[in-house]
Amino acid sequence: MFTAKRIADQKHWLSGRDHDWEVIIGLEVHAQVASKSKLFSGAATEYGAEPNTQVSLVDAAMPGMLPVVNEFCIEQAVRTGLGLSAKINLYSRFDRKNYFYPDLPQGYQISQFEFPIVGEGEIEIEPEDGEAVIVGIERLHLEQDAGKSIHDLSPDDTFVDLNRSGVCLMEIVSKPDMRSPEEASAYVEKLRGIVRALGTCDGDMEKGNLRADVNVSVRKPGGELGTRCEIKNVNSMRFIRQAINYEARRQIDILESGGEIDQETRLFDNAKGETRTMRSKEDAHDYRYFPDPDLLPINITQAFVDGIKADLPELPDARKARFVADYGIPAYDAGILTADKAKGDFYERLVSAEGAKNRDAKIAANWMMGDLFGALNKANIDLDDSPVNSDALGELLDLIGDKTISGKIAKDVFEKMFAGEGGADEIVERDGLKQVTDMGAIEKMVGNVIDANPDQAAKVADNPRLIGFFVGQVMKSSGGKANPQAVNEILRKKLGL
Amino acid sequence: MSDLTKLTLEAALAGLKAKEFSSVEITKAHIDACMEAADLNAFITTDFTNALKSAEKSDAKLAKGEGGALEGAPLGIKDLFCTENVKTTAGSKILGDFKPQYESTVTANMKRDGMVMLGKLNMDEFAMGSSNETSAFGPVVNPWRKGKGEDLVPGGSSGGSASAVAANMCLGATATDTGGSIRQPASFTGTVGVKPTYGRCSRWGVVAFASSLDQAGPITRTVKDSAIMLQSMAGYDPKDSTSINKPMPDLSAACGKSIKGMKIGIPKEYTMDGMPREIEDLWQQGIKWLESCGAEIVHVSLPHTKYALPAYYIVAPAEASSNLARYDGMRYGERVEGANLYDTYERTRAEGFGKEVRRRIMMGTYVLSAGYYDAYYLQAQKVRTKIADDFKRAWEKCDALLTPTCPSAAFAVGRKLNDPVTMYLNDIFTVTANLAGLPAMSVPAALDNNGLPLGLQIIGRALDEETVFAASSALESCANFTEKPNKWWK
Repeated sequence: MFTAKRIADQKHWLSGRDHDWEVIIGLEVHAQVASKSKLFSGAATEYGAEPNTQVSLVDAAMPGMLPVVNEFCIEQAVRTGLGLSAKINLYSRFDRKNYFYPDLPQGYQISQFEFPIVGEGEIEIEPEDGEAVIVGIERLHLEQDAGKSIHDLSPDDTFVDLNRSGVCLMEIVSKPDMRSPEEASAYVEKLRGIVRALGTCDGDMEKGNLRADVNVSVRKPGGELGTRCEIKNVNSMRFIRQAINYEARRQIDILESGGEIDQETRLFDNAKGETRTMRSKEDAHDYRYFPDPDLLPINITQAFVDGIKADLPELPDARKARFVADYGIPAYDAGILTADKAKGDFYERLVSAEGAKNRDAKIAANWMMGDLFGALNKANIDLDDSPVNSDALGELLDLIGDKTISGKIAKDVFEKMFAGEGGADEIVERDGLKQVTDMGAIEKMVGNVIDANPDQAAKVADNPRLIGFFVGQVMKSSGGKANPQAVNEILRKKLGL
Repeated sequence: MSDLTKLTLEAALAGLKAKEFSSVEITKAHIDACMEAADLNAFITTDFTNALKSAEKSDAKLAKGEGGALEGAPLGIKDLFCTENVKTTAGSKILGDFKPQYESTVTANMKRDGMVMLGKLNMDEFAMGSSNETSAFGPVVNPWRKGKGEDLVPGGSSGGSASAVAANMCLGATATDTGGSIRQPASFTGTVGVKPTYGRCSRWGVVAFASSLDQAGPITRTVKDSAIMLQSMAGYDPKDSTSINKPMPDLSAACGKSIKGMKIGIPKEYTMDGMPREIEDLWQQGIKWLESCGAEIVHVSLPHTKYALPAYYIVAPAEASSNLARYDGMRYGERVEGANLYDTYERTRAEGFGKEVRRRIMMGTYVLSAGYYDAYYLQAQKVRTKIADDFKRAWEKCDALLTPTCPSAAFAVGRKLNDPVTMYLNDIFTVTANLAGLPAMSVPAALDNNGLPLGLQIIGRALDEETVFAASSALESCANFTEKPNKWWK
């Protein structure tokens, strides 16, 4: 019997009645190739068009129509394969997967079954809560997407939108190498980062341009693999984790009450956070795969592959190493900042743009990961659409750097910038937030505070920690604008510490 | 005027060019012939109004000394080719009143060259049949009869094309050949039929039967006429991934070219139990004719021939079962509403497809099913490779092969319809060329004892249409087949 080698970290074991359980996860990620036209037709792929306006005769499977492969898509598959350190197959072939459904006009999906364009590869993931894990890639193949059936426009009728029909997908199949929901979402996150860096897929999960079928089974830790269920089309990191948690627990409950797991295809209900049966094994289709006789096999040359290889952009892992080496930031920070191309680009603009020489790389990283990402998350805005761009954030960092404002004031300024009130300089000027560095003025404020608190002043010699109280009072009276270091110095002098 | 229908395509084109008659005149003559021959049921859709309009346009061009290779010639189109705004049925009910918004590449090429399209010709449903009896629009009747006897089939699936050409309803017709659907009806009707090398004619816009075997070609009354038509029909098409981007030789020039020293192979496996003696004799006669033209006869063996028919009847239905999945009543064609989606699918397809098409879909579905794929489909593909290898070995010894086209002459309507295996045997000498993708032509050679035409087949190397036309043309001269069917339908 086959047993998957790695045993999950004990902290990921799920408790059971008699013994703990381990969850085994494999993923099939569908990534839409960032191509302007479809895999086998010239129709556009733009998102959000009016239904059935991006449909060619081929996509609608009109009689006598023939597919012609879009070579750009082949190139993107190879590029992605190289990004996954995978074997590129110089010979591959399209097969037909036959089944009937109204959103599948041909009555078959053109896919690659026996000879995928990309073979085995691997990627390293770093789940937030654990050590790095190598996840094996089984294969990557190209296939057509189906159209969309819309069931909720009418109580009786189903409407079909064929705009997606024929859109090129890369199906990236992992080995069953993940052992926790966090590992699974970290894997998708990593994959997303890679395809975005490569530019082969925009990774937009909300639009369904990246989605996952999740295979889940449970076993006694290190034991024989259990029967798996496949959860179809899960389209967010959070849902992936939720679906796995729910599904693993469901399977454990069945096994512990003496039942057996039926190998089946399940759906994840986003609203309820549950999975439910979509198709049982008995209803499983016999897809009658056979080579598509309308298409010739794909024969690519090593020179073609080498050409793409020479042209590959920097991938997240390499960029991470460079960030650590060049900017001296911790590996953890570099990991977060390079997980996604947009983040890395933002960061590089922030610390290496013209005039950014004096910006502290670590402080810049902290600002991005803390205030900026926090605000974006809260407002549910993508980094690309951030109201505070890298120039604007840089302006703020420069104000901290030259001590115009304190870090604390900067946080308030940032909130106002994020709310669209203007640039950092503008807000600081408008609200009079410039740090007070005039020693005379600070001395005066310190004197006033000491005079107002004679009891505390008397005690401070015995209890030096009371200095904090005085600092706070002075800062308060300055409206936060006094330079904290200067306040501290003058206080110590005046209180005789 | 009716004389004009007796012209060959070659003579008609010359007459048009010399302004001996107009395209409108010759088109009208053919329209009359079509109407007279309505009982043959050769057409599914006629388009005479538009035919006359294109004839007028052709006349305008001809008057200026312009025009293409088919300028002004009234021709028929098998109803498997999609024709813009003209109903296209594939011989099936399931397409309903489907009018394509596009023109197949082959017919577009012919229109570019000035063809006048008379209409869409009857055929076996989805090109599945050897007698034209599976058409949803009724059988086509062969213009040839035994004496005053019963109606005979014209062969199939291009039965409408063959009958229309044999009965002088058009100067030539397009046809398609998946297992013999051009050559067998040509043999049954005393006409010439050519299946070119796979990939010569674009399949774009031709309703698919079995994609890896389907190939368009002409049916005409002479070899030269086929050369003229095929030259126009063929050509590289980037819209068909299996289209071949190689220049077609000058086919008209190949006709009449000396075959002196040409090596003609005689495959010993091309004979069949129960095959009429006359066909055997005709084959021997053909050998003598070619020898008399200076060809050298060599005996060759194609040892896997006996596996060709079984392999064909696995590969073709397998591809068809998938190709015909799109006829589901959802986007075009007929739909029979059912209780739910699957019921609608089942009713639509059960009522929309005829018995033979349903049989082939079921065979094809079966051979592709999990657990059977290796034993049937994969095995058949291996056989296909073996057959192609047989031919390759034969080409080391000869330049072309001579065989009978069919194991019999035309048979009576209804006789074999309920005996599919006997029906399938019609293809026994023709399927090999499809499985190997080779060019092959049937040339009318003689009448049998019942006064029915019989054809001989020339098979050539891939892309070597030149040799096929040269040998066929020599055969045609020697056979001097001038008999015509009596016009009993008038």
